[in-house]
Amino acid sequence: MQQEAALPGQPGIQLRTQRERAWQTFARNRTAVAGLVLVLLVVFAAVFADDWFIAMVQGREAEPLLAPYNPIKQDTRNRLQPPSSEHIMGLDTYGRDVFSRIIYGARVSLMVGLLAVALAGLIGTLLGLFAGYSGGKVEDTIMRSVDVLMAFPSLIMGLMVLAVLGPGLTKMVIAIGIMLSPAFVRIVHSTTLSIKENDYIMAARATGVSSWRMIARHILPNVLGEAVVLASVYTATAIRVEANLSFIGLGVSPPTPAWGTMIRDGTQYLTTAPWISIYPGLAILITVLAFNLLGDGMRDIMDPRSYS
Amino acid sequence: MLRYIIRRLLLAVPILLAVFTLVFLVVRVIPGDPAVSALGDYASEEAVEALRERMGLNQPLYAQYFEFLGNLLRGDFGVSLINGQPINEQVAYALPYTLQLTLASVLLGILMGVPLGVLTALNRNNAIDYLGRIISLVGLSVPAFYFGILLILLFAVKIDVLPAVGGGDLREDPIGSLKYLVLPALTLGLIMTTSVTRLARSAMLNVLSEDYVRTARAKGLAERAVVVRHALRSALLPIVSITGFWAASLIGDSVLTEFIFSRPGLGKMLVGAILQRDYTALQSVMVIYAAFVVVINLLTDLTYGLLDPRISN
Repeated sequence: MQQEAALPGQPGIQLRTQRERAWQTFARNRTAVAGLVLVLLVVFAAVFADDWFIAMVQGREAEPLLAPYNPIKQDTRNRLQPPSSEHIMGLDTYGRDVFSRIIYGARVSLMVGLLAVALAGLIGTLLGLFAGYSGGKVEDTIMRSVDVLMAFPSLIMGLMVLAVLGPGLTKMVIAIGIMLSPAFVRIVHSTTLSIKENDYIMAARATGVSSWRMIARHILPNVLGEAVVLASVYTATAIRVEANLSFIGLGVSPPTPAWGTMIRDGTQYLTTAPWISIYPGLAILITVLAFNLLGDGMRDIMDPRSYS
Repeated sequence: MLRYIIRRLLLAVPILLAVFTLVFLVVRVIPGDPAVSALGDYASEEAVEALRERMGLNQPLYAQYFEFLGNLLRGDFGVSLINGQPINEQVAYALPYTLQLTLASVLLGILMGVPLGVLTALNRNNAIDYLGRIISLVGLSVPAFYFGILLILLFAVKIDVLPAVGGGDLREDPIGSLKYLVLPALTLGLIMTTSVTRLARSAMLNVLSEDYVRTARAKGLAERAVVVRHALRSALLPIVSITGFWAASLIGDSVLTEFIFSRPGLGKMLVGAILQRDYTALQSVMVIYAAFVVVINLLTDLTYGLLDPRISN
């Protein structure tokens, strides 16, 4: 144990300065900080759309908190009402408040985006590590299968998986997760390969460290950085794909608000009530942009050249 | 070079075969009986059984598989489960529209993206660069269908100059169909432009810091000659390779673009096939899309080999 702590590559003191340096690089990047702020804002909207945490304790239905109105309550007499001081983004085809639906809609987008990327990252990291570490036939089989999956344009693969599973939130997470995993396999695989060549791996092997321990303590921590950067960029992709699939009509079932579905509902009223589609689209654009900005900033941190 | 081409072609064969196999298997595990979904829930058992027999669904899986492969090799996609029409006819009708859209968008993306990328790289860290980077990040973040909706609102509703829906008659009136191409091609093309710009910018920045660029400047070449003849030439290699990759993913976005503009094409066929559970149409369209990507990757590799002789040797 003592010996391992002293192995090159993970001295404790240097780690702290590295972290500090990483944070400084990030904080200096104004666009990345803007991205982080926007992401936090969307997360805040999703969490506090209603007072579920109080309602759960008191055992009652959740009431809107951040959102001004109930997102599924219909007011058909005032349907298609344009934006006003009462309803700043107007009412939709069923007379539901568009602004409230957008705030609640952040939940579906974030949930699908984050869970799908977590799934893709999990599958990708496991397979990529396994392929890179074991080599030989296992590596060939995994990497060739990835090549085959990469032959499908990503959205079409998502559609294909959804065709098998059927529509719905969980199924969408699985479909997008599978769709994004080949990229994770590739990057984790190539990183594993390059790490395997390092002297400290050789040293660890010479001291008789087991394969599991080697992967868990020496390879995985190094691979995770790459995977996390990819994850922040791919969260943006996952949210965009979720919007695409919802727009086609394969998303969560109504009346649960989802941004893609809201745009879809509004397309028939583009000429008379454009606000139904325009505002949810803006929400998607801002959220995806926020994750992209954040991802760009993370990539700069990981790129050693940016330290100089 | 010839050996390189042949080797790459041979490498594409097993991938295509694996792709076809995957499509075949996926369509077979889709829940529900294709015969039932073709005839509806109220069809009699005999009718369903007769259709299953006619569709070859009662044969063992391997027999179905070989028949599927055999038909593909002959270029026969079978008939649609929903309307009984030959899929080949539908594809022959839809494919030119998708090709027209994809080609126009890729062209637009390259023609606008490469100069913009060079421009932002040459103006590194000043206002032009900053603006260019922000615009390209926004372009990267906007879903194709939303961008399409905004264009429809602007050009077809507000200033009513271009048709918002349809694809025109590509066969009888190809020139007239161009009018229908403008908005969808702008949608996809501008999205493509933003990715190409980002890419061309970073490729140019890499090259501009190379020694031979400094040498070219030092020996007194005009800046224009340095940029175009020395820098851009070697920056083209990564640009080409990733443009190919983007063109492949553009195909995914084209599905949504065709959908939002109600434009005939493979994307509309695909969405229709999924929503109506038309299994034969579904497997045909997926096979074509995947073949598309394999061919694009092949072309990318070949261009790569042409631009950089080290690779083909």
